[in-house]
Amino acid sequence: MTNFHVMLAVAAILFVLGLLCVMTRRHAISVLMGVELILNSAALNFVIFSHYTVGNLFGQGMAVFIIIIAAAEAAVALAIFLNIYRTLSTSEIDKATQLKG
Amino acid sequence: MILHFLTQAVFWFLVILTVGSAIVVVFNKRILHSAFALLFTLCGVAGLYVFLSADFLAASQMLVYVGGILTLIIFGVFLTARMYNMSIPEQTHQRFLALLPVLGLGGIIFYVLNSAEWHLITPMVAPTTENLGKMLLTTYLVPFEVASMLLLAALIGAIRLARPRKEDHDD
Amino acid sequence: MIALEPYLDLIISVVYVVGIVLFLSLFALFATWLERKVAGHIQDRLGPMETGGWHGWLQPIADAIKLLIKEDIIPAAADKKLFKLAPYLVFIGSLAGFAVLPFAANLIGSDLNIGVYYVIAVTSLVVIGILMAGWASNNKWSMYGAMRSAAQMISYEIPVALSLLIPVMMAGTMSMVEIVDNQAGGFWNWYVFRTMPFSLIAFVIYFWASLAEVNRAPFDLPEAESELVAGYFTEYSGIRWAMFFLAEYGDMFVVSAIAATVFLGGWYAPFPFLDIIPGPIWFIGKTAFLVFVQMWLRWTLPRLRVDQLMYVCWKIFLPFSFANLLLVGLWVVLKG
Repeated sequence: MTNFHVMLAVAAILFVLGLLCVMTRRHAISVLMGVELILNSAALNFVIFSHYTVGNLFGQGMAVFIIIIAAAEAAVALAIFLNIYRTLSTSEIDKATQLKG
Repeated sequence: MILHFLTQAVFWFLVILTVGSAIVVVFNKRILHSAFALLFTLCGVAGLYVFLSADFLAASQMLVYVGGILTLIIFGVFLTARMYNMSIPEQTHQRFLALLPVLGLGGIIFYVLNSAEWHLITPMVAPTTENLGKMLLTTYLVPFEVASMLLLAALIGAIRLARPRKEDHDD
Repeated sequence: MIALEPYLDLIISVVYVVGIVLFLSLFALFATWLERKVAGHIQDRLGPMETGGWHGWLQPIADAIKLLIKEDIIPAAADKKLFKLAPYLVFIGSLAGFAVLPFAANLIGSDLNIGVYYVIAVTSLVVIGILMAGWASNNKWSMYGAMRSAAQMISYEIPVALSLLIPVMMAGTMSMVEIVDNQAGGFWNWYVFRTMPFSLIAFVIYFWASLAEVNRAPFDLPEAESELVAGYFTEYSGIRWAMFFLAEYGDMFVVSAIAATVFLGGWYAPFPFLDIIPGPIWFIGKTAFLVFVQMWLRWTLPRLRVDQLMYVCWKIFLPFSFANLLLVGLWVVLKG
């Protein structure tokens, strides 16, 4: 077992845990944290493969874009959560069942 | 020899830190503990980036994820919960239902991971920042510009969404 | 007898880290004394005069001993785990910055090729540590202090980063050692005086914004004692409080040292013939001078309000930084 396999395993575990987090938690921000775990796992995978199997930087470029998108997504998501909290006074995603504010 | 041993020790420390804190993120009942555990996951991943000679990415991970996203998340928790309620408890649902597909997927990933024949090369250990920068402004120029547009749009959208609406004041 | 040869790098690293921690503690001791002296003289007093005879030079040692033997109080309602963890996080975030400070050409923890960027990145840990401390204390003042502090630090990170980009652009590298090497040969080669007036504006913006980064007056709202008792470390005492304290003075040193490195020529003397005086003395001298200016400002300027703080950041520093960046970019391109 080399570092390569260990890191792939870490990325896989992060992905699975993120998925579990998204599926089981109720609080909107917990779900967002799960999404961050998944994004991290994906970025880590890109970098691992570009480092160990190709030897170029395209994977790292992809990881940069993933970080950018994660930042944009987190900002918008939290703004939406704030709005939901303000109008429906709940932060649990299951209770936000109406589209009309 | 001892240097190699130390490097491996640091590597395994990072692996355990990342996975362990990710488990806390998912299973801790108190949402702020989850958020602070996420800090260690993110730092662990940043450390793993260093092992993949992605030093620029490691620093970006610290800057954007820890300094930006995680701070936002913690602020979000503060603002959408009663601030002085220490525990901010949270229930989970569908635990066992969710476990099924997740374990299935995990099993498939690990099976592939084990059985696949990877064509590994001897990795180059060298600073990559300069080449990464050149790549982003030549090969990836269009995605780069699109990403900056996306960030601008997200910025304006987030401000618009988070601001209290006009009619709220009229009521 | 074991051959030490293969372990030499390791031993040097360990010695360097221990040396840095010692240096930070000594600097903090000296800085507390200096702060009280500066405060005293600005307010037409003398400051500490008794302990140790000559101008109270033993006062910081007495303070340190008092702090170390004080009872370590953890509030009953606090979140104990996070309460204990937070000071170390803040301290690590501050100490990590020292790794890339070039005291001299060879006296540097690690000459990373992303040196400047690394410093901006590890500062993030401090923000999280402060939020953690504020929340774990379970106290309104701590909470408000922490939220003010975090909002302030992440806002002012942007002008700091943008103004640090200007010398980075001129040098074409983020490595601390190379940036300093590009400024060799007299003060007219320092980045603060090149491409006048852009780099001077960048330096001024960096200095002011870095004051906000380290929560110093006039941007010390997070620990405004007249409003929030002591901000996020209200509940801390003893050794944990000392950790915050060390981190704060460590941060002051780091931001000043970065200003000295990227704008003021690092370890080089202002005139080439003065280079016979060793580099670390120049480096620490320049840094100590900037630290002194920080203290001077603290006792001269009144504190800003929260809205003024945000106004200064987003409506003054940020546009100027962007315009500056654009113009310096043009300058670099046109000059080739």
